[in-house]
Amino acid sequence: MSISAEEVKKVAHLARLAVPEEQLEGYVRNLSNILNLVDQLSAVDTTGVEPMAHPLDMMQRLREDVVTETNHREKYQSVAPEVENGLYLVPKVIE
Amino acid sequence: MSKADSIHTLSLKGIHDGVHSGAFSVMEVTDAYLDRIERFNPELNAYITVTRDSAKAQALEIDNRIRKGELSGPMAGVPYALKDLFCSEGVRTTCASNMLSNFISPYDAHVAAKLKAAGGVLLGKNNMDEFAMGSSNETSAFGVVRNPWDTNKVPGGSSGGGAATIAARLAPMTLGTDTGGSIRQPASFCNITGIKPTYGRVSRYGMIAFASSLDQCGPMAPSAEDCAITLNVIAGLDVRDSTSVDRTVPDYTATLNDSIEGLKIGLPKEFFADGLDAQVGVVIERAIKEFEAKGAIIKEVSLPNSHLAVPVYYVVAPAECSSNLSRFDGVRFGHRCEDPKDLRDLYERSRWEGFGDEVKRRIMIGTYALSAGYYDAYYLKAQQVRRLIKQDFESAFADVDVIMGPSCPTTAFGLGEKKDDPIAMYLEDLYTIPVSLAGLPGMTFPVGFAADGLPVGIQLVGNYFEEARMLNIAHQYQQWTEWHTQVPTKFA
Repeated sequence: MSISAEEVKKVAHLARLAVPEEQLEGYVRNLSNILNLVDQLSAVDTTGVEPMAHPLDMMQRLREDVVTETNHREKYQSVAPEVENGLYLVPKVIE
Repeated sequence: MSKADSIHTLSLKGIHDGVHSGAFSVMEVTDAYLDRIERFNPELNAYITVTRDSAKAQALEIDNRIRKGELSGPMAGVPYALKDLFCSEGVRTTCASNMLSNFISPYDAHVAAKLKAAGGVLLGKNNMDEFAMGSSNETSAFGVVRNPWDTNKVPGGSSGGGAATIAARLAPMTLGTDTGGSIRQPASFCNITGIKPTYGRVSRYGMIAFASSLDQCGPMAPSAEDCAITLNVIAGLDVRDSTSVDRTVPDYTATLNDSIEGLKIGLPKEFFADGLDAQVGVVIERAIKEFEAKGAIIKEVSLPNSHLAVPVYYVVAPAECSSNLSRFDGVRFGHRCEDPKDLRDLYERSRWEGFGDEVKRRIMIGTYALSAGYYDAYYLKAQQVRRLIKQDFESAFADVDVIMGPSCPTTAFGLGEKKDDPIAMYLEDLYTIPVSLAGLPGMTFPVGFAADGLPVGIQLVGNYFEEARMLNIAHQYQQWTEWHTQVPTKFA
């Protein structure tokens, strides 16, 4: 199966990746090749086969709903690109 | 030969015994490795970061604590390296990506904390494929790693820096990670021993995620005994990883000397079919004969769906990667683009600039496979076929104790040879991926050299949580053979 340039643009937007127009062609080719490889799966009969989400078919372990983490705001924000008064800064969202 | 000139030939046990008997200090061992790194790393590029100052500070402290009798365990005084996707507090942790080129981790990964508490000395962080996506270590934003056996060849990937580090003896042990073969394939290309434990055996906390239902951490070292000693330290329950398994950890060193007589070894016929380079096949078959001569029973088994493993993997792994890597948004950590005009521009340009080509390809494939209208055809279908692959192994293990076969179809290939052909690169992992999809433990250890002079590793697959038996089998082989002690002349 091949993927069109329009579809690649759409996927890139969903994935928040700004693909420059001149690089689109390379992605169309490579992604189409990968989808061709994957297409072998469509021929496999999987009627009644339970999808495998976890190799050991384990259930999610639950814990008591109590605070276990201590506050590391300063430490964690020390690696942020831009912070002010303990808040992460991003470009203005609401005019 | 002076003491310092031979320290790098010692096993973990040899280093431990030496520092505890007073034959040499932890500082002398650390200096010996730091000197080797300084001498050989410029050629190999196996380390992204060398933690010289903190290593020396740790060595001093551990020397003192050993002298006072506060530390005596098997890792006390032993230097090690970490793949650069394990968060290490206060140390740059890059994942070999421009996205994290300046990221100083504020905390330690579970396994990093375990090795630190056990008295190990961190020498530095190993190069790798960017975000562990690759089979040649050529996707690293910090440059390619060269194979110590032939510096025009790749070391394999994604734990290529770790494999080259051990092959050239620039550390006595390192931790790698394996999602589809990232410990086993480079270990095989570089003539070292590596084990990917059962999914859930080792905590993934602080290990930068690629594909969460597949990622697993494991040791890489010259010998099975070194791997056993390391696994003893890092395995076990950690509540901070919800997939970490609550199950007793055996002493992996206690059974190393058990007999392998009567061991039933299954050879999957699909792993010896077309696609296996004949010069690799010859070496693998010779090793199997050696096991047979020592009393093992060889049986043919079949994994009829194993040819579907690569296609399944290239749906499941990219889907999970697309989800995991959405955290890199240029807001809380990692690369941020210059002068974003709005929030969308901030996300899209930061991510475009921060990630390399292979990572972007996989994010896009995963996003596509998970998007509305395609989920059932791709992700769900792949998860169903994944179960068929797991069931093949279950049937095989009804007849045999372990499975053996090649780790890789070829020996190490040339730098640049497959770089522009993602599909050819993906097919490198056709024998390792089925094991990862099933969540089974897999290991590789050296069994000789092919006609082209490059090393060959055999893959050993055990049933769930059978790591002790696997390490025992590899250790026994390493008692009769010396392949694992071979080091390239230049780095001897």
